[in-house]
Amino acid sequence: MREAWALFRRDVVLAWREGGTIGTALGFYLVVVAITPLGLGPDLNLLSRIAPGVLWVALLLAGLLSADRIFHNDYEDGALDVLATGPLPLELVAGVKSLAHWVTTGIPLALLAPLLGLLLNLPIESFPLLVLAMLAGTPAVSFVAGIGASLTLGLRRSGVLLALLVLPLYVPVLIFGVATVSAASVGPASPWPPFLILCALSLASIVLAPIAAAAALRTALR
Amino acid sequence: MPIKTSLAAHGIACQRGGRLLFADLSFTLQPGEGLLVTGPNGAGKTSLLRLIAGLLPLAAGSFASGDESVPLPELCHYVGHANGIKSALTLQENVAFWVDFLRGGDADLDDALAMFGLEGLKDLPAGLLSAGQKRKLALLRLFAAPRPIWLLDEPSVSLDAASVKVLDKAIARHLAQGGIAVVASHTSLKVKFAHELALKRETVQ
Repeated sequence: MREAWALFRRDVVLAWREGGTIGTALGFYLVVVAITPLGLGPDLNLLSRIAPGVLWVALLLAGLLSADRIFHNDYEDGALDVLATGPLPLELVAGVKSLAHWVTTGIPLALLAPLLGLLLNLPIESFPLLVLAMLAGTPAVSFVAGIGASLTLGLRRSGVLLALLVLPLYVPVLIFGVATVSAASVGPASPWPPFLILCALSLASIVLAPIAAAAALRTALR
Repeated sequence: MPIKTSLAAHGIACQRGGRLLFADLSFTLQPGEGLLVTGPNGAGKTSLLRLIAGLLPLAAGSFASGDESVPLPELCHYVGHANGIKSALTLQENVAFWVDFLRGGDADLDDALAMFGLEGLKDLPAGLLSAGQKRKLALLRLFAAPRPIWLLDEPSVSLDAASVKVLDKAIARHLAQGGIAVVASHTSLKVKFAHELALKRETVQ
């Protein structure tokens, strides 16, 4: 437990110190959402109808932007060798590092979402559920990104490949995330069934993704 | 005090990129014995160390340690070409992370820091250190958590003469305490190694 906590704390501190990680993701999210109304014109009804989709798509892209940092830096500077010879199984290492990515990227993005919802004329009543849905869905984003990050280790310009690998896996998160927020903003269905599926997706990826990521890490170390 | 263990390799082979680096390699190290691995570039010195650390898969053969309750990689400290230090963390934070992550006890880190002349730099981000100082910081991992098997890949690279002496002494002390050291090195360390293994480069057809 002490080892996992040390690793988690280290990754969170590094995300703050190395700069760029959190700031870039938040800035990207803000810019993508802010330019959407410019492209679509000032039709408030249209904007509020598509707001859930825009917010989710932009969140997935912003989350991906920093995904390669989950393992890449540790791979480059040899710290991954230390992590691999440590007492924690590699699955747990992958899980803890993905969790740190969620805390440093997923949570800030989810908390920024209501502010961006204002830009898209999303009804204010739906804000609590927007944040809730994003907090519930972003663990899946970070943990699945961990699989992509470990698979693309050691490749040059791995970012694009990572996006190609991971974005299709985000489709369920996107569908049920948008369904939750849409139901909350325009109705008429209840938002809870898609919300619960979103939770299930996150829980499943928390359990399964580290296993896949660890397998990819073992290959990358060879 | 680190637990004592032996290290035996039985007929191990290593394959990299379809090329057989070495095959049917066996050795046995008792507690307190060192192994110096020599050979030209590309002979497989680094690969051998990474095999022992469990970072590479064995093509054939097996390793045995005296202590079957702990997996071999967890008995090993591997200090390779990449230092494995985080430049955004201070020296102190780097070392503290190793102590926590590698289950070090309350090792006498201040002594180790002083030994390498790093004691005044504790609060400096590791990214600002010179190449030699980074190397010394990486070697501090050996003291952050006591482990019986040290796997050192060119440990003296970019170290100054005084630091090489310190390293020499540290390895000698580790061996005297019943530890095992497998060292790949071109430059001559003064430590007496019980065994020497000269890897040859297979002629590529």
